[in-house]
Formats: sequence, structure tokens, C-alpha cells
Amino acid sequence: MATIQTSITSVRRNLDRALIVTRREVRDMFRDWRIIVPIIILTLVFPPLMNITAGSAVRFAERYGAPIIAERMFPFMLMVVGFFPISISLVIALETFVGEKERRSLEPLLSTPLTNLQLYIGKTLAATLPPLVGSYLGIGVYLFSLYLNVGWTPPLNLLVLLIVLTTVQALVMVAGAVVVSSQTTSVRAANLLASFILIPMALLVQAEALIMFWARYHILWVIVVGLVAANTLLVRMGVRIFNREELLGREIDELNIWRSVKLWWRYVKQSRPAAETTTRAGVLGSLWGWYRREVLGALRQTRVPALVVLLALAGAVALGIQQASVWPIPPEVFASEGYFEHFETLLEVIGLQGARGVSLILWQNLRVLVLASSFAIISFGVMAIIVAMLPLVIIGYLGANLFANGVSLSLFWAAVLPHAVLELPAIVLATAAALRVGTSVVAPLGGRTVGENWLLAMADLFKLWVGIVLPLLVGAAILEVFVTPRVVLALLGT
Amino acid sequence: MIETDGLTKHFDDFVAVSDVSLSVNPGQVLALLGPNGAGKTTTVRMLSAILRPTAGGARVAGYDVVRQPDAVRTAVGLLTEHHGLYLRMRAREYLDFYGELYGLDKDARQKRAEQLMERFGLGADMERRLGEFSKGMRQKLALVRAMLHDPEVLLLDEPTSAMDPQSAKLVRDAIAGLRGGGRTVIICTHNLPEAEMLADRIAIIRRGQVVAEGTPLELKSRLLGPPLLEMRLAGELDGLVDDIADLVQVESCGYDWVRFRVEDPGKTNPLLLQQLSAQGVGVVTLSEVPQSLEQVYLRVVEAGPDGEPLDA
Repeated sequence: MATIQTSITSVRRNLDRALIVTRREVRDMFRDWRIIVPIIILTLVFPPLMNITAGSAVRFAERYGAPIIAERMFPFMLMVVGFFPISISLVIALETFVGEKERRSLEPLLSTPLTNLQLYIGKTLAATLPPLVGSYLGIGVYLFSLYLNVGWTPPLNLLVLLIVLTTVQALVMVAGAVVVSSQTTSVRAANLLASFILIPMALLVQAEALIMFWARYHILWVIVVGLVAANTLLVRMGVRIFNREELLGREIDELNIWRSVKLWWRYVKQSRPAAETTTRAGVLGSLWGWYRREVLGALRQTRVPALVVLLALAGAVALGIQQASVWPIPPEVFASEGYFEHFETLLEVIGLQGARGVSLILWQNLRVLVLASSFAIISFGVMAIIVAMLPLVIIGYLGANLFANGVSLSLFWAAVLPHAVLELPAIVLATAAALRVGTSVVAPLGGRTVGENWLLAMADLFKLWVGIVLPLLVGAAILEVFVTPRVVLALLGT
Repeated sequence: MIETDGLTKHFDDFVAVSDVSLSVNPGQVLALLGPNGAGKTTTVRMLSAILRPTAGGARVAGYDVVRQPDAVRTAVGLLTEHHGLYLRMRAREYLDFYGELYGLDKDARQKRAEQLMERFGLGADMERRLGEFSKGMRQKLALVRAMLHDPEVLLLDEPTSAMDPQSAKLVRDAIAGLRGGGRTVIICTHNLPEAEMLADRIAIIRRGQVVAEGTPLELKSRLLGPPLLEMRLAGELDGLVDDIADLVQVESCGYDWVRFRVEDPGKTNPLLLQQLSAQGVGVVTLSEVPQSLEQVYLRVVEAGPDGEPLDA
């Protein structure tokens, strides 16, 4: 009880102090006509314009017997009217830290007793609230004029959905922009990096528009959940990587690739303390020492991500099984006798025999895992997990269909297990290492910068690939070509 | 009170501050001198818990700068290199904002802001926008901001920069008053006469290291040698230099004057005058040639290739 009370007091104190900054920033904002005029236009002028546009479009469509357009156009315009004012929040948020740094007013602020969290929250709220209020007002003005003109009111659940969607979109844009602002050295650089926020949001809004016209509003709730998760990640990342020193000290956005490569190589050679001297002498001895210290050390640090990946893969299999009941394969496909009669011939035709087969399988697996690792870098690791899940969804789907159609599951396992014993751990480890790379920017370890943390995660990824994943994939490919078919054929009795 | 122990700061491969150990007691003023880029601002930023030391530590007003940064920032008033004002705000609301950040209640911060603004001649400008302030006024306002919460420790970077002589005197008097109130003050300045006037102790930083530290008198004695005196005679020297060479160390001489160094003027000067009087030599004036802090500073920063200051 006392702990809860202390936590509540701490949250209130942090919020009170953050609001000191928020109040100052908002007051200052409203003294800048360059911010006020666009908000007024987007709040008071834009909605009636949208109303006129929507009305004209609906009357035009109705002339040709398409009244459904009215049902879909008004909610769509409501979403647009709500979104446009919050686009201003991006501009405000982008210059919130780096603008103060350029104007040299940041150091006095950093020298006050404000904590990083209080400063961060204060500025984020200041960037979010005015555009959001403008957005709500715009929605209100639009709805009022729509009601007056055509008597249309949205269903309550749709209105709630659009207000929530607008809010989380604003929060995500601001959270992303504040991260950018706190990590760049100039407003110009921040504006250039804003593309990484604007483009995904623009694509998302287009997708939402399609969904609005399709009237599948429940999908928008899924988007809301995804945006809430993204916002939580971005805010956490922003607070964790917020660094007074970098904010104040760094004057030039320098990308020293050679230096990064050198640091990465240093981490590959040694990123963990040498606990003991290896008893073996020579190159082999030091290689084994490196392997024990660095590769096995990286493996130990990948335990939790590996568990997350395992759970996701189990979920993928379950999803595949569930989808087998929704989209069953027609029974006729399994009806023909001698289904596996030409199994060996099939393998020959596909090319999955001999050394060529090994290299094909290895190449396929490498391609998928490298792609997943690359996606991990730009998606906080999420895409790596999704890419790894896809084949297991298919396996679950196929297995469930086979079972439903009376095909022996032992054949199915015979075709999967012999090489999966090596392939699955390789997939799990590679994906887990990629997940660590993706999340290294969200939660950097104390004492290291974001860049150093990322390079460390990349070094561990390299060690795991070289030391464990590649050998496992090679072994799995050999098993899949030379052992799995023999097991299948043995079961088939041929 | 400020104590640093081996304070060090690296920025990637660059060593900005290296092994700085200083001690400044309550009621003392330390002047931190050094060429541009020597590490003064970095040192001050570490002491105000804005930057984290790479190695070593410091305690400011009893708080550790690494483990208790919030407490340090509460106890420190910092006048930054750039005043960093919000130009669209009025002076009153600007000070109100910072007073609130430092935890002062509304009445206290209003009263304190008015007092300090009056003291620095800005009482009539409370309702003016900061963008309308002149350079010197902005500097004074920034100083007011630093002093607003009556901190135990003040770190002032160029406190009288851009100020007219009258304002500069006001500021110097204020700093001297702080000393009397038991505050600890560090000033970074290129104004050496001002440093000499205000500081109880001087520390000279060069390439991130403290290369000289002490009271102005200690530094002069250590780096410039014994006091330099000048004696003017009623007539020409006429071989007098050889006569007095066993008593004093002659530096230079002219027609009717001689400059010399003496370890203990209180002991040697009376003997010298007695000898000259016995010889019938008329002495017009005997006075000390002022040795300035500038001479000390230049001797320190223009050190030899091995980096060691050129001692006297």
C-alpha cells in the first residue's frame, strides 16, 4: 500500500514539474503567429470547406444512384479534418529540443533541478496538446456544420473510434518527432529526418481511408492498438536515450563509418571481460577462448529474446492451425492414392538432391534470415519475428489440414523433424539476435550511447551467426537433403 | 563548498578535462582562467551536473555530482556562456518560470525577482519583453536568474561580459557580497584585473589540466619571483649598482634609476637605505613595481614545449 502511495506521489510530482515546462511552452507558442494562424485555419476554415466538398461529392454521386458514398464520405472527411491540425504537432515537436539548442536557451534549462523524465514529458505534452485541441475543435466544427446542412450525425462508436485514432496518431507523431529532436544537432537535420515519420503516417492514413470507404471499422481498432504500442515504445526509447551531454555537447551530426566499423570489430573481438586465461596455447587456444567468452556470452544474453521468439513461433503454429479451420484445403487434394509415390522423383525435379540441394536450401534459409535481420533494424525487431513466424504459420496450417483429412501425421513429422532439430534453433537464435538489434535503440545499456549499444548488438549478432547459426543451418541443409528424404521413404515403405 | 578529485572528461577520443583537483571553501571566490578551449566551460558543466565526468568525482554543496545530480542542480546557480533567454517572454514571467523550476513559491519568487532586478538596475524593465533588452541588460537578467533561488554555490561564466562600467561594478559588488554571505563562487573570466580584484584563489587551466593554482600573491611569488622594486635617485647612478649588488639582485638600471629584486623587502630595504644614506646618495622614491596577474597568466600559458610553466 505504501509503495503504491509512493508511486502515485512520484507520478504526481513528475507531472507537476513537467507541466511547468508545458505551460511555458504553450504560452510561448501562442505568441507565435506562425503557429496560431495555421491552427485557426485548420480548425475553423478547413472543416466547413471539407463540409462543402463532401456535400458536393455526395450530391454528384447520388445523381448516379450511389447513396452509399454519403455513408462513407462523411466519416472519411471527419478523419481528415481531425488529422490535418495534428500535422502541425510534428513541426512543433521537431524543434522542441534542437530549436532550443540552436537558440542557446537549452543549457540554462538543463542546469535546473528538472529530471530528464520531467523535461521530456513537459515538452512532449506541449507539442501535443495545442494541435490536439485544435483537432478536436475542428472535428466539432465539422460535425456541427454537417448537422446543420444535411442533418448527419455519426454513430457514437464511430465518433469515439475517430477521436481515439486521431489522438494516438498525434501521440505517435509527436513521440517520434521528439526523439528526432533530442538526437539531432540542428533544426534542418530534424526536418530532414521527419520524413521517417511523415511517410509511414501518410501511408497509414491512406490505408485508413481505404478501410473507411470499405466500412471495416473494426480494423481501425487494430491500428489503434498498434499505434498505442508504437507510442509506448517511442516514448520509452525517447526517455531512455535522452542524453543531456549529447544534446548540449554534440555540434555536428557526424557519421564516421570507419570509426563505427572499428568499434564494431573491437566489440566482435572482445566485448566481455576475460574471466580466466585459456589453458590452451596458440591460435586454437585463443579461438576457443574467444568462442567461450564471446559467442557463448552472446548466447547467454540472448536468452530472453529467444524465449520471446519461441513464444511467437508457438503462436504462429497455433494461428496456422486455427486458419486451417477457416480456410480448409479441399479434401480432393488429399483423396488421390499414392500421394507420396513419386516423392523421390519430385525431389529430383525440384533439385533438392546432393550438394546442389544443400546449397539451395542453405541459400533459401540464409536469404530469409538475413532479410528478417535487416527488417529488424527498422522495426524495433518486430518484422524479424513476423518473417520468422510466416513459415511456421504455413507448417501449422498444413499439419492441421493433413490431420483433418486423415493423412498420417507421422509422415508429416518425418518430413519436418529430422532437419528441424537443427533448423529451428538456428531460426530462433538468428531472430532473437535480430530482435536484440532492433530493441537496442529502445533500451540502451547504461553508460553507452545508442550507437554504441547498436554496434554491440550487431557484434553479438555476427558472433552468433558465425559461431552457431551458420553451422546449424549448414547441418540442417545437409540433413534435409540426405536424411529427411530417407526417413520419409522408410516410412513410406519404399 | 566545492571539492573535485581527479575530475576528467573525455569526448570520444578528445580529452577535454584531465585530472582536475580543486577545493573552494564557503565564502571563497575562485577565478578559473585559461585560454579558449582549455576546458573551463566543461569543468563548470561537470560541477553543475549537466555533464557526467568520465573519471574522478566532485562534491558541490555536499552533494555528489554523479550520484545526486538533481540536488547539485538545486544548490547551484549557473550563469552560462550564452545567456539563453526566451526573447518573447517578459522579464517578470521569465523569472517566475525559473523560480518555479527551482521550487520557490509564488510570493517568494516574485519578491526575490523584484529585489534582484532593482539591485541590478532593471527594476523598471520587469514588464518588457526580453527581446527588447540590450546585450548588457540580458547579461544582467541571466545573472539574476542564476541568483534567483539564493544558491549556496554560484558558477559564473564571464559575469560582466558586455556590461558598462557601472553595471560591471554592481556585479562585482554583488559577487563580493556573496562571499560575505558564505557562498562559494567560481568565476570564469578573461578579465584578469577583475579576477585579481575578486578572487581569493586563482586556478589556471591549460589543455584540460590545472597548471597553476593558489592565491594571487602565491602565484606571483612562485611564477614571477621575489617582489620587483624601483628606486629613483636624486642624481646619476655612478657605479652604485656594484655597491648594492651584495644586498639586492639588480634587474635593470637607467641614468638615475635601478630595478632590483629582494626576497625580504622588510629586512633588506632599510639596510639598503642606510647604506645609501651613509654614502650620501639621495633617494627620491623606492616603490614596488606592480606585478599583474596578466604576467602570471602569460607566463603559464606561454609554457615551453614540454608543457611545464616557466617558473621564475
